[in-house]
Amino acid sequence: MELPLGIQVPIPTFEQFIFIQVALVTAVAGLAVVTSRNLFHSALALTLTFFGVAGVYVFLEAEFLAVSQVLVYVGAIAMLIAFAIMLTRSMMYGRTSPLNNQWGKSSLFALLFFMGLLAFARATPWPAASEEVIADEAMIGALGREFVTTYVIAFEVLGLLLLLALVGAVMLARDR
Amino acid sequence: MVPLSWYLMLAAFLFSCGLYGALGRRNAIAMLMGIELMLNAANINLVAFWRHGVGPMADLTGQVFAVLIIGLAAAEAAVGLALIIAVYRERRTIDVDELDLLAG
Amino acid sequence: MQITQWSDALSGWLIGLGLPEWAAIFLVYAVGAFVLINYGMLSVLLLIWITRKVISRIQDRIGPNRVGKFGLLQTVADAAKLLSKEDITPREADKIAYNLSPILSVSGVLMLLAVIPFAPGLIGVDLNIAALFVVALGSIGIMAALMAGWGSNNKYALLAGFRVVAQLLSYEIPLVLSILTVVLLTGSMRFGSIIESQSLHLGGFNLGVGWLGIVMPGALLIFFISSLAEAELTPFDLLEAESELIAGFHIEYSGMKFAMFFLAQFLNAWILAAVMVTLFLGGWQGPGVGLPVVGPLLGFGYFMIKVFGVYVLQQWIRGTFPRLRIDQMMYFAWKVLVPLTIGLIVVQAIVQKLPTPVAVHYVLIFIANVGVLAIVASILQKYFREEQMRTKRSFEPTSLIGTMQVNEEGTMY
Repeated sequence: MELPLGIQVPIPTFEQFIFIQVALVTAVAGLAVVTSRNLFHSALALTLTFFGVAGVYVFLEAEFLAVSQVLVYVGAIAMLIAFAIMLTRSMMYGRTSPLNNQWGKSSLFALLFFMGLLAFARATPWPAASEEVIADEAMIGALGREFVTTYVIAFEVLGLLLLLALVGAVMLARDR
Repeated sequence: MVPLSWYLMLAAFLFSCGLYGALGRRNAIAMLMGIELMLNAANINLVAFWRHGVGPMADLTGQVFAVLIIGLAAAEAAVGLALIIAVYRERRTIDVDELDLLAG
Repeated sequence: MQITQWSDALSGWLIGLGLPEWAAIFLVYAVGAFVLINYGMLSVLLLIWITRKVISRIQDRIGPNRVGKFGLLQTVADAAKLLSKEDITPREADKIAYNLSPILSVSGVLMLLAVIPFAPGLIGVDLNIAALFVVALGSIGIMAALMAGWGSNNKYALLAGFRVVAQLLSYEIPLVLSILTVVLLTGSMRFGSIIESQSLHLGGFNLGVGWLGIVMPGALLIFFISSLAEAELTPFDLLEAESELIAGFHIEYSGMKFAMFFLAQFLNAWILAAVMVTLFLGGWQGPGVGLPVVGPLLGFGYFMIKVFGVYVLQQWIRGTFPRLRIDQMMYFAWKVLVPLTIGLIVVQAIVQKLPTPVAVHYVLIFIANVGVLAIVASILQKYFREEQMRTKRSFEPTSLIGTMQVNEEGTMY
């Protein structure tokens, strides 16, 4: 396909076409999270980003991870954030700018960082996706076995961390 | 087939957005949202590299780490938001520019 | 006849017409989604009619009987009335959240229809993580309620939004854990294989009554209670408690947007009944589903009878139970249901590793489940008795005027 200025654009396959749409929604929502002036709209955009990332996991044939992403991020984290925004809603009114006094430096840094990563991602000759067929059900079983064999310590520590976080959050947020 | 570099570009964009949000926003909850974005970007990379690795069925390390990060993000959000609410109750603000009690 | 074969036949026919492969697959999925969504939308008409009839009978009324035969078209008339109403948006509302919330709540429920197995082979997608998918999509409904509560800019709506989050998140945990008992027993999260495992063969003939609910009545009860809470039905309908919060989080909505919340709520109750039937009551299993031609038709009939039976049961409870207080509701979720289900899972995990025949496993799991049932029943009995005593006492005079005195037993002398 040739664009007016003589730029050659390869015609995307159907899968690539759908991926571009998902990625665009995710990226625009991600941008809206950090640029929206209304904090609640930021949280809504964050939820949309989480869904978009779950969609990306589906493209990568990691359905279990996609559903876990929706379950944990949308079901718990986005909800917690929306809750916290509602509890601190006086912060949303009478504010001159949603940005702090180092936003200029940080935007420059983020932009440079993005440029660097982009150049790196484009320049490196990455391997194509493995031809191996992903057997869904067998993979979930294998994932479970990995957690109780090779990564058992990480798994247990994560469980302990979640318990501590639970107790700590209750202690911190409790009305005294 | 979607090439690996596309996933990496999307992840890079999300990570940079999160970086900007975590460094440049005034509200502590907005900073936390930036951090969540960065964790998600890292997760996309992990899963993309897992899928494009040598043997996705034999070596599940990428997915294992992605699951661990999801669990970690839940813990982080719970404690972080509890801290923010505790600070809000004490100081009536969660503006990071005004929370300078420890600044010299 | 499998739906995969139908869809293969359809896509093959479309490719034969000269369409590229991706377009054919896309069209087949679009047709499937169209059929499912329309089924969902239309079935709500019937569901609302059933609810009204059941509750009318309980309250010794006749119910709708004017529009159409037996009042069947009453809901259509109501929908037409709602459509013609003015669409009001509060001036200070958060427009994005306010307008997005009804769409989100309906689409979250409609997406669940994709994994419901209606008959042998008649299923949108036989997802390998269907059980998890059902739970994950439940969170969209919570988000929608929170958005509606915030977007309406009304304190009653916001309060109800908080209550929605508290209730639905709390009851999601026993719901997930009771699903986990089934997953632990069948070793699969795929609805297709969970139903397959509930067949009972007798000399080559499929009786189809090896329902998991028979082996695990405790898990079934916990799932049913949690699904009542998830569907926001009585006794857990304090989200929309008409007497306190007027209508809950959708108080500011009118016309079509209100109808969409209504639709989502009824369809959600039906889908939770369908998931319960799939997990515990054998899904489309029943005598004779293994037969070549009539089998799938019989299966569809069995599934529908079971699901609508559970739906009527839900509405029966709705018509007879009083509403719980919020502290009672949270107490019951966190101090009764969650520990019991965790205990059940631990027992089941140990039992399934015992080096005995499988039949012994089933007997032991059954005993554990009966124990759970007994514990739940005794806790409820004790609680209600105490509550009864407390309310009785509160009507009695507390001062010791004259000779009237109240002794320890609560009797007067």
